[in-house]
Amino acid sequence: MNAHQQPTGSAYFIAPETAKAESHTLSVLVNNEPGVLARVIGLFSGRGYNIESLTVSETEHEAHLSRITIVTRGTPTVLEQIKAQLERIVPVHRVVDLTVRARELGQERPIEREVALVKVVGRGEHRAEALRLADAFHAKVVDATVEHFILEITGKSSKIDQFVAVMKPLGLVEVCRTGIAAMNRGPQGM
Amino acid sequence: MTDSNNQMPDNRMTGAEIVLRALKDNGVEHIFGYPGGAVLPIYDEIFQQEEVQHILVRHEQGAGHAAEGYARSTGKVGVMLVTSGPGATNAVTPLQDALMDSVPLVCLTGQVPTTLIGSDAFQECDTVGITRPCTKHNWLVKDVNELAGIIHEAFRIAQTGRPGPVVVDIPKDIQFATGTYTPKPEIAANISYQPRTQGDLKAIQAAIDLMATARRPILYTGGGVINSGPEASRLLRELVELTGFPITSTLMGLGAYPASGTNWLGMLGMHGSYEANMAMHDCDVMVCIGARFDDRITGRLNAFSPNSRKVHIDIDPSSINKNVHVDIPVLGDVGSVLEDMVRLWRALPKKPAKAQTEEWWQEIARWRARKSFSYKNSNDVIMPQYALQRLHELTKGRNTYITTEVGQHQMWAAQFIDFEEPNRWMTSGGLGTMGYGFPAAIGVQVAHPDALVIDVAGDASIQMCIQEMSTAIQYNLPVKIFILNNQYMGMVRQWQQLLHGNRLSNSYTEAMPDFVKLAEAYGAVGMYCDDPKELDGKIEEMVAVKKPVIFDCRVANLANCFPMIPSGKAHNEMLLPDEASDEAVANAIDAKGRQLV
Repeated sequence: MNAHQQPTGSAYFIAPETAKAESHTLSVLVNNEPGVLARVIGLFSGRGYNIESLTVSETEHEAHLSRITIVTRGTPTVLEQIKAQLERIVPVHRVVDLTVRARELGQERPIEREVALVKVVGRGEHRAEALRLADAFHAKVVDATVEHFILEITGKSSKIDQFVAVMKPLGLVEVCRTGIAAMNRGPQGM
Repeated sequence: MTDSNNQMPDNRMTGAEIVLRALKDNGVEHIFGYPGGAVLPIYDEIFQQEEVQHILVRHEQGAGHAAEGYARSTGKVGVMLVTSGPGATNAVTPLQDALMDSVPLVCLTGQVPTTLIGSDAFQECDTVGITRPCTKHNWLVKDVNELAGIIHEAFRIAQTGRPGPVVVDIPKDIQFATGTYTPKPEIAANISYQPRTQGDLKAIQAAIDLMATARRPILYTGGGVINSGPEASRLLRELVELTGFPITSTLMGLGAYPASGTNWLGMLGMHGSYEANMAMHDCDVMVCIGARFDDRITGRLNAFSPNSRKVHIDIDPSSINKNVHVDIPVLGDVGSVLEDMVRLWRALPKKPAKAQTEEWWQEIARWRARKSFSYKNSNDVIMPQYALQRLHELTKGRNTYITTEVGQHQMWAAQFIDFEEPNRWMTSGGLGTMGYGFPAAIGVQVAHPDALVIDVAGDASIQMCIQEMSTAIQYNLPVKIFILNNQYMGMVRQWQQLLHGNRLSNSYTEAMPDFVKLAEAYGAVGMYCDDPKELDGKIEEMVAVKKPVIFDCRVANLANCFPMIPSGKAHNEMLLPDEASDEAVANAIDAKGRQLV
């Protein structure tokens, strides 16, 4: 009876989690109506799920639909539960786990992209180096004075992380990131 | 508000009129509520009509539980109406209660006028924000022309799929404004909410094939069978008859299968019967029907029924694989799936021989012989179990409905009162709301004026919604409150004894009211009994009274509720009453465990 070695004494039975957590990207198609985002994020906070990234925008104006992209982390059981809980929300039409779908399609990951605006202030060699690196990362200058640039960069989160890191010693002032927009490869829709 | 009301076409009316019309069109006969500034226009409409009867409660929590009791005893949607701010916040407890126990409930709340929303106006609160996590869905109505459609949708969402509570928050200016009434649509407009009721036939066939191979099967049923309607209970009985399988049920599912049925093992779970829990642990095929593997049911999860293959029938996809991994999930309405199961079982080319489960039944007989609900009776004090046995014996021939509060008395009621039919047992299972039983009994009595409605209560729980006695008196609702008075919060005291070195911190009811005088103060009948020999006579007297009664039944103070699966233990590690010596109780949970809570 290994029951005796279990830490007990709570009114609840708490079993240690042994499965490994993984990061998944979910696409959630919802009615674009007041409170829908609060329902989705309230579900995550209320049930103790993680949100690593969240983006939301209206995608089909006539049909009144918005698409929410959530990057979350959990064990396979928790991820399955998150999907089921999301589908239970009344204004939610569909939930697709893009990461699972990508695996089914024989791909490593779905396409995941972020946009960032990066403000860098500097003169002389720092300024020139910032511009050279921006070019190397295919970042665009969207605003500038003689002492600053705002650079727009698109790419995987890891690329943006790296870009921000190299800009740091060159006069980085502020960063704004959109969070991840994602889609599966191939001709089929969500 | 215009003075041209009389010339308006039939479908043009004020928001308040729309509310009443929509309630009638959804078949509502009774609503439970409490007026206030932000719902006055609706109350004015209630005053001017007779089809919908309003029951005035004394606290909004009472309105919610009364609507729950009404809903659970009838299968209809319960409706409550409260004002903004404190009215809405007082409704939160019954909303969460209804959410956890899947009770269809429509809650209409008043709100400050739209122009004042967000200004911290008098009696303003963010009702949709506060109730978002404790409802299935909610709405803030911003356009009077959408009001009727939203109320129709509210009723549809409350009662379809897995039933639950919804809130419609109606600002006061919307109640006054004139708009168009839209009738109930034949086909629901909201395409994002379309619950599935038909189970996948392939999955059901797989379940039947698995069941046919079982040597140690068990049916584990829950509140979903009752929510699915009386036909589901009938089909369940047919399935038990056909398969010959033993059956157990959760607290919420009692009555779906009759307690007098030969295959009945009693309730399972923390305070369930030994035979039910042992059968759950040792079975090879478990068929879960409309239950959700709650932690009070499973005990220690990693020791839960280790050698069984599991079928799970549920209408809510999020219940599948939430706590326990199952082998064959079937998504659908219990009634519809049971119909398929009965049909497919009948169609089996080769039905399993009776001998296949013979050994299993012999084993069950041995477990049954342990008589896990036994207790030591006394000639001097009333044992709580004895009181409930007598209550059951003396009322079972009648048209009886039982509600409970929460605690030891609730578990004893589940153990000692036998239910033969569904919808006869109203209790707060998921949320465990003390104060539920009395208002729920009021709701039941409103729906069934001629029935005998008994709230089995504890001395602590009953004081949480005692104000509703005034409601019972006002509407001549002869509800009987049967208090098992042990002067403690018994279940809290029991846990303190088990877990906290018997340090009875704040669990003794000091300054206990005189319940007899309390009843009399309200205009009800008070009764008192502390002698086992007088008990029968007094219960009969209580039943005969045509008024609300508070029956103060003084019982043994320190009785514990057994059997019990102590925390962190598995189904086969139950603490049985005959083994529950003081020493065993003290050691039921190890020292390491006691530090953990």
